[in-house]
Amino acid sequence: MSPVVLDMDRIIDDRRTRIIVCCGSGGVGKTTAAASIGLRAAERGRQACVLTVDPARRLAQSMGLTSLDNTPRPVEGVETANGGSLHAMMLDMKRTFDEIVEAHADPDRAAQILANPFYQSLSSSFAGTQEYMAMEKLGQLRHAEEWDLIVVDTPPSRSALDFLDAPQRLGRFLDGRLIRLLTLPAKAGMSYMKVLNAGFSMMTSALTKILGAQVLKDAQTFVTALDTMFGGFRERAEGTYRLLQAPGTAFLVVAAPEPDALREASYFVERLDAERMPLAGLILNRVHKSPAGRLSAARSLAAAETLDMQDRPNGPDGSSPRYSVAAAALRMHAERMQLGKRESRLAEHFTSAHPAIPVAEVVAQPEDVHDLEGLRVIGAILSRPGS
Amino acid sequence: MTTRDTDWDGVRLHVVTGKGGTGKTTVAAAMALALASAGRRVLLIEVEGRQGIARLFDCPPLPYEERKVALGLGAQGSGQGGDVYALAVDPEGALLDYLEMFYSLRRTGKALTRLGVVDFATTIAPGLSDVLVTGKATEAARRRVDRRDDSHVYNAVVMDAPPTGRISRFLDVSTEVSALAKMGPIKTHADTVARVIRSPQTAVHFVTTLEEMPVQETLDGLAELHELTGDAIRPGGVFINMARPALLDPADLAAAASGSLDVAELALGLKAAGISDNHGLAADLATELKEHALQIAVQDRERTELQTSGRPLYELPMIPEGIDLASLYQLAAALREQGAA
Repeated sequence: MSPVVLDMDRIIDDRRTRIIVCCGSGGVGKTTAAASIGLRAAERGRQACVLTVDPARRLAQSMGLTSLDNTPRPVEGVETANGGSLHAMMLDMKRTFDEIVEAHADPDRAAQILANPFYQSLSSSFAGTQEYMAMEKLGQLRHAEEWDLIVVDTPPSRSALDFLDAPQRLGRFLDGRLIRLLTLPAKAGMSYMKVLNAGFSMMTSALTKILGAQVLKDAQTFVTALDTMFGGFRERAEGTYRLLQAPGTAFLVVAAPEPDALREASYFVERLDAERMPLAGLILNRVHKSPAGRLSAARSLAAAETLDMQDRPNGPDGSSPRYSVAAAALRMHAERMQLGKRESRLAEHFTSAHPAIPVAEVVAQPEDVHDLEGLRVIGAILSRPGS
Repeated sequence: MTTRDTDWDGVRLHVVTGKGGTGKTTVAAAMALALASAGRRVLLIEVEGRQGIARLFDCPPLPYEERKVALGLGAQGSGQGGDVYALAVDPEGALLDYLEMFYSLRRTGKALTRLGVVDFATTIAPGLSDVLVTGKATEAARRRVDRRDDSHVYNAVVMDAPPTGRISRFLDVSTEVSALAKMGPIKTHADTVARVIRSPQTAVHFVTTLEEMPVQETLDGLAELHELTGDAIRPGGVFINMARPALLDPADLAAAASGSLDVAELALGLKAAGISDNHGLAADLATELKEHALQIAVQDRERTELQTSGRPLYELPMIPEGIDLASLYQLAAALREQGAA
């Protein structure tokens, strides 16, 4: 079964497309895909902004992203004949979080929160916060209305799905019983004693045992200080979530033709469907193709073995042709065909499970992409997959 | 039990990290098989809830329980190896374990889970969940059989750890936790865990492929480990995974790379093997050889780059058919041959 071909140009030329989210497991080329799409869109006339979370150093440099200043910067060297432009930014997770706090709390309370050890741990650690802040920043860029297309690559999560879960997890946490119990004393003063039940005292004594009294007190202070902002937090998380479901959003799942990456991609496709998030297609990166596909692996290997046997009696005058290069070429080709076959079998599994998902294949490049020209090449391949 | 002279004798906790897509889990599993020579017991720990170990060893998803998953690689000619156990650690299970082990509070722990304390740990203070997870690994590495027999339950523990970008913070548990807790039991626990991680008994290995980004991340990761922890956390080896062997000698490689390979000679070779050069087959094969030569050149460049780290390098071949149990043993043998285990 051959898949529907993903028409990337149609997506980026459609002015109704306002957000493109590239997601997938780590190491599959999400950032490169996002940057290539952003560049192509800009050169086709869109006012594009690429929001990247953790780019490789040279790729970042190629887009002029030398510092992490949390503001989109214009990218030099972009072809602007079609009236487009390209901005790019790298996410500063902590600063994004600080800004939310400052926007939602009066200066005294904001200072109190920013100084709290729990806040500092939460805002600078990697798990969860990065996903949440990436989505928050996406919402901000979208609302700024300075760009008509925002391309974002998702954080290198443990699981590719973390960024979808992060806002909800935060919401669940903020609504949780624990939080309510922790904030009770501050809310109700001494009267909270009345609601003390066995569960609560057991919990505080256990928490004191595990964490120590001071930590519990810090946590309580932090949660209480944040309490006034909870509504705002949840609202923002829900707003971003709705933004992702909106018709102007296109999700692209990026995968490499490897079992783990494709398994993750399948899971992701199903999850996006369940969340009613608009999926535009699958980018299958680093696919191996052979220009000599008409010669099968089996035949190629057999021919190499034939040559090995013939190569032994070397002509004394050295005039006889060397077969060693041909034998190596045939072996190399057989391996390439095997790899290609394995990859297409994996891709077929995906396609038979998700026949309606358009796919764009990007052939493996001999070197990593680290300049605009390289991004242009990928962008062009994405728009003419299979060629 | 015989002791073999390996590069990591004395290391009881092997932490294996690497960029996504480099085969970190595969290398961790091969390392566990290689370490489990006859009579030795090795525990392979997974911490990111992906069930990658279960898939590699073709067994049902691992619970929070140490289970035997394979026999180790036997010594040359002697047959059977030791035992490889596996465990999938999640913060919730580790928290319950911690409560039970130190406070006999298992039931309370379950109540805490219901109250959302685990969400608390993972959402508000990820440093806490990291210390619980690494705590489990260090506990297993230090565990003794019983009071009368103080030999270790496991000869070695191999941890399939978070990726390179996160590893230093993940391991720097005492700093992470002491930002939250200046004193108290969790601080004491973190300090105990940190002592093990910062001892010569623990080494952090990096898995990479011979590609630019993973190599750069490996060097950055090593630098970050050094910066954050001084030399307190011992850097281990660099494991080059999925390396492709050069199929041509250097002169032919250079010719292939520059596109000056003798295509006519190639066509003659094909003919001798009974394959006609239809529609420029020889030229197409030369194109493939050129790509191969470029790839080998990139590999050589990146290998040289890795040598600047001064870390011992180990090299594992690409397995074109994909990884299965048989190829894991093959990789384990390669690791042992190179002195990694």
